[in-house]
Amino acid sequence: MPVSNKYIKQIQDRAKKAINKSALYGEDIDLNKFQKFIERGKIESLELLPELAKEAALMAGVDVEEKERSGSYVQMDHSVVYKKLSKLYEGKVELMSTNEAVETYDWLEDYFWRIVQPDTDKYTAQVALNPTHGYFIRILPGQKLDYPLQTCLMIAEGYISQNVHNIVIVEEGAELHIITGCTLSKSDAVGIHLGISEFYVKKGGKLFFTMIHNWAENFYVRPRTAVVVEEDGVYVNNYALLKPVKSIQSFPSVYLKGDRASARFNTVIYGLKDSYIDLGSKIIFEGKDTKGESLARTIADHKSVIYSRGDLIAKTKDYCMGRLDCRGIIFSNDASIYAIPQLISYGADRADLSHEASIGPISEEQVEYLMSRGMTKDEATSLITSGFLNLDIPFLPEIIDKHIKEVIQITSKEAL
Amino acid sequence: MIKTLKTEGGIKMAEMLKVRNLHVSVEGRKVLEDINFSMDYGEIAVLFGPNGAGKTTFIMTLMGFPKYKIEKGKIIFKGIDVTHMDVSERAKLGMGLSFQRPPVVRGVSLRKLLNIIGNGRKEEEIIQYAEKLNLTTHLDRNVNDGFSGGEVKRAELLQLLMQKPELVFIDEPESGVDLENIVLIGEITNQLLGRGQRIKDPKKSAIIITHTGYILDYINADKGYILLNGRLQCRGNPRDILSEIKKNGYRRCFTCQ
Repeated sequence: MPVSNKYIKQIQDRAKKAINKSALYGEDIDLNKFQKFIERGKIESLELLPELAKEAALMAGVDVEEKERSGSYVQMDHSVVYKKLSKLYEGKVELMSTNEAVETYDWLEDYFWRIVQPDTDKYTAQVALNPTHGYFIRILPGQKLDYPLQTCLMIAEGYISQNVHNIVIVEEGAELHIITGCTLSKSDAVGIHLGISEFYVKKGGKLFFTMIHNWAENFYVRPRTAVVVEEDGVYVNNYALLKPVKSIQSFPSVYLKGDRASARFNTVIYGLKDSYIDLGSKIIFEGKDTKGESLARTIADHKSVIYSRGDLIAKTKDYCMGRLDCRGIIFSNDASIYAIPQLISYGADRADLSHEASIGPISEEQVEYLMSRGMTKDEATSLITSGFLNLDIPFLPEIIDKHIKEVIQITSKEAL
Repeated sequence: MIKTLKTEGGIKMAEMLKVRNLHVSVEGRKVLEDINFSMDYGEIAVLFGPNGAGKTTFIMTLMGFPKYKIEKGKIIFKGIDVTHMDVSERAKLGMGLSFQRPPVVRGVSLRKLLNIIGNGRKEEEIIQYAEKLNLTTHLDRNVNDGFSGGEVKRAELLQLLMQKPELVFIDEPESGVDLENIVLIGEITNQLLGRGQRIKDPKKSAIIITHTGYILDYINADKGYILLNGRLQCRGNPRDILSEIKKNGYRRCFTCQ
């Protein structure tokens, strides 16, 4: 049974009213520029992706050989070109396009447009009115996969608006790791990626979500994400943006609804060229003994502008603990960083919230120290830079960790 | 009074380091004046002197740190004029320095740094040295992050073992280190300099700064120098100098001026 027409219509009606509504942050984008629609055929294996697409996928952390992956979902422009779940996990986890899920499950109504509102701004409205897939992943109670599931949202053509809606449900006691690579195989493409993500982590569940963005100079990105974590649930969000982008703005919210729920954001941003980057994280503490941490490392080079936001919002009357740690380095006189940590307590008289924000140069002392070991100044600077961005993220699969470190190294060498 | 000793051993080896008429300032303040100093291959020199005399400035200048500005004079290393070379170039030529208070390098593990310094040499070598220095559990920690005084010294030596410099500068190897560690540090320093083994590597040299002189119990130093008010004053047997300082402090050295 599909989601009821009545509900879909309600969503669309709300969206229609917001079709010209600007977002709170970030430059306003005229979506009328991106009208092209492209339908693509399916492929049998990721190895059969065109070379440029394969390269783009790799740069976004996608393993085309699928060796250490439980399954893959790849979308190119407006089409799902590949979807595969290892036979081992059939009946344990579901993987399909969200359009398909809407057609299949009437109960999806309880998760679809529930924590991200369709009338938030013109971008949410666009996805509500013209959805072009996105992934639906649901792991059944108590299940755990040996390897992460990987998803790849790719753009291969110019003047496209990719309007994806992702829904992830981690049922009680289940554990899931998703690696998402969002990427561009046509590096000069002008276009926009709109991504709605609604994630639900139920009682005792764990969701490790790793996202790698690999965009380019002419590309706009507007993700809208919300996550609900129930009792004893864990949500970990790892995010890396190490390539240029025209502009990106996103401020994901995690609601720690259940007692002892916890969340952690690890964010690594390297601002290059004319990138306009406005990224943040918001943790809302509603349950008792909830815990949230947000770590961000940003480097602004060339003419990039970075807003690094972080909100900790306590609403519980019980104990909760939140910590923000946001550090930045400016590499160029033409770049800027705005570090904006914010702590808010709504009568939460037992909440313990703290933040640490800093913007400072690379230490000369460290550079000289490494030079005295035989490194050149550039080599020393590049090593310190990659160290600065290295968050030693827990639960990150080794291969992704290695990949991020490699990209950081390439980026920091190129930037010099 | 400390007497200047004659060169021992008969054949005089070629000079590894030659410092001529060196004047150095730090942040506009004169620190070293008219230093003349030379060292043979395979020689270990010990530098004594009260706080603020310019000992650290001397070795930091030799290593090429830009904060230490050479106003006048020349530094010749292995026959090459390195006066205007940067730290990295001097390191590549064979100089190395053990820092007294090295900085923390966050996000970079000691193992990674050692691999870079080792430049493609085998990981087993790192592990072997780390075991010797009781630093195996530190390999995956950030460089110098939360290391104790002794751990810092040992980690510096570990890096130098991978770097294999021909001329090593060691700034106060015994400061902040307990007795047990001094023994180990002495032993490893000997290894670093190719001493204490059956075959002595005559090429490796060192300048060691010491306050207490404890390190002299473990390292067979060849020469001692006293630096006072930015000038090199005396040269002599390091043990004689040490016992003189222990007895009379630096008073007699001042009169010796």
